[in-house]
Amino acid sequence: MSKTIVPFGPQHPVLPEPIHLSLTVEDEVVKEAVPAFGYVHRGLEKLAEKRDFHQMIQVVERVCGICSMIHAMCYCQGLEHLMKVEVPRRGQFLRVIWSELHRIHSHLLWLGLYADAFGFESVFMQFWKIRERIMDINEATAGNRVIVSVNQVGGVRRDLSPSKCDWILDELNHVEKEVKALESTMSNNYTVKKRTVGKGILTREMAYELGAAGPTLRASGIAQDMRQLQYEAFDELDFEPVVETDGDAFARGLVRFKETIQSIDLVRQAIARLPQGDTFVKVKGKPEGEVVQRVEQPRGECLYYIKANGTKFLDRLRIRTPTFANIPPLAAMLPGMELADVPVLILSIDPCISCTER
Amino acid sequence: MIKNIFKNFVSKSATRPYPIEVRPGFKNARGELDNKVSECTLCGICAKKCPSQCITVSRKENLWELNPFACVYCGICVDACPKSCLVHYTEHKKPARVKTNLVLKKEISPKLKVVANA
Ligand code: SF4
Ligand code: SF4
Repeated sequence: MSKTIVPFGPQHPVLPEPIHLSLTVEDEVVKEAVPAFGYVHRGLEKLAEKRDFHQMIQVVERVCGICSMIHAMCYCQGLEHLMKVEVPRRGQFLRVIWSELHRIHSHLLWLGLYADAFGFESVFMQFWKIRERIMDINEATAGNRVIVSVNQVGGVRRDLSPSKCDWILDELNHVEKEVKALESTMSNNYTVKKRTVGKGILTREMAYELGAAGPTLRASGIAQDMRQLQYEAFDELDFEPVVETDGDAFARGLVRFKETIQSIDLVRQAIARLPQGDTFVKVKGKPEGEVVQRVEQPRGECLYYIKANGTKFLDRLRIRTPTFANIPPLAAMLPGMELADVPVLILSIDPCISCTER
Repeated sequence: MIKNIFKNFVSKSATRPYPIEVRPGFKNARGELDNKVSECTLCGICAKKCPSQCITVSRKENLWELNPFACVYCGICVDACPKSCLVHYTEHKKPARVKTNLVLKKEISPKLKVVANA
């Protein structure tokens, strides 16, 4: 059969956010995929000219709702580096706790959407039900459910009381139990395997060459995680990146599933070792200079470039989000796949398009 | 699977029949924002610090105005207010059909006014 070009997106039932793919299809098999962007650009980086560097924290949190805490943390780390302030140890641990809670709820959200993409509605509902507990923890500890607004330059704005810590641990026990109950479904279920095993294979070499990031990279056998840089309190926590070697959609699902459980463990460790002391230091003055800061987000490595000129407005703010890095691998994994698998594969890189376009 | 199906029959529903049953807000949650305007000095610090610039303070007219639909409930203003007169209720703002601003007028007693004019 001759070639047909099928437009996929920007409006498509499987896509939570708009991305367009021009799929060249021959007999239901994808031959080429060309992505196109620009549907949700909001110009957040440009806002740095209008909002001062403190107010920008609330702006960068909105680059991506679901990893808002980690965006703000990365931005604050950059400014703290420029202004030569050291966050108190307790503040660093609290940042780890909230950032790992964010990772858990982001992965749970994704696991649900992923199950939904191949039509496994009940798993979708289960994961989202579990996620509610994490959102409740966020609301009870930080004040808001998703965009928690806990970061400030120099530390965190909220503290955790011992009773809150106990409550979090108790809730996490439930979360862990409920997530583990779904383990056999994610790793052994006929439907899940049929739709994901061997689909969209990204070999180790391809992942490396194309610059994949986060779980997409780790599912291809490369143990790289920015938390290994030991920012904040990660130097005191036991942590090994989760790696799978198959590089298919199934492996990417497994990596995220295991990371959810790992993050629960990291929160527990952080709470157990939470030192006493202040949660923030007062900062004076204005930032000056250039800095590049990297953190690990649920979707992979996120990079902030900040250029400050000694006034309260930044000269330049540039954000490279993980989905941006994962688009070339996506375009490379689609050729050879059936058209019906495309939604699952797009979901398998955990695309966050609002992040990508900012 | 079968076990799960039976469990779902007897277990409690995972959702609440909102709005008949509303979960009470958590302590310290950042819900609806309000100003105890009698304590407010109209200094304007909150308006200056607010990242979404949704507060307007007018000293001339003794008005403190908030656009609750532009507010992102970050609590920056609450932390910054020197009089601690801003409060977050733990309940969220109810949906509305028309977007209206919260306009609060500070009543200045006549006596105070004279002092101010003098
Ligand atoms: S910071 Fe407080 S006292 Fe000043 S204007 Fe705002 S609400 Fe009033
Ligand atoms: S809560 Fe945040 S966005 Fe809302 S008025 Fe206060 S500072 Fe502005």
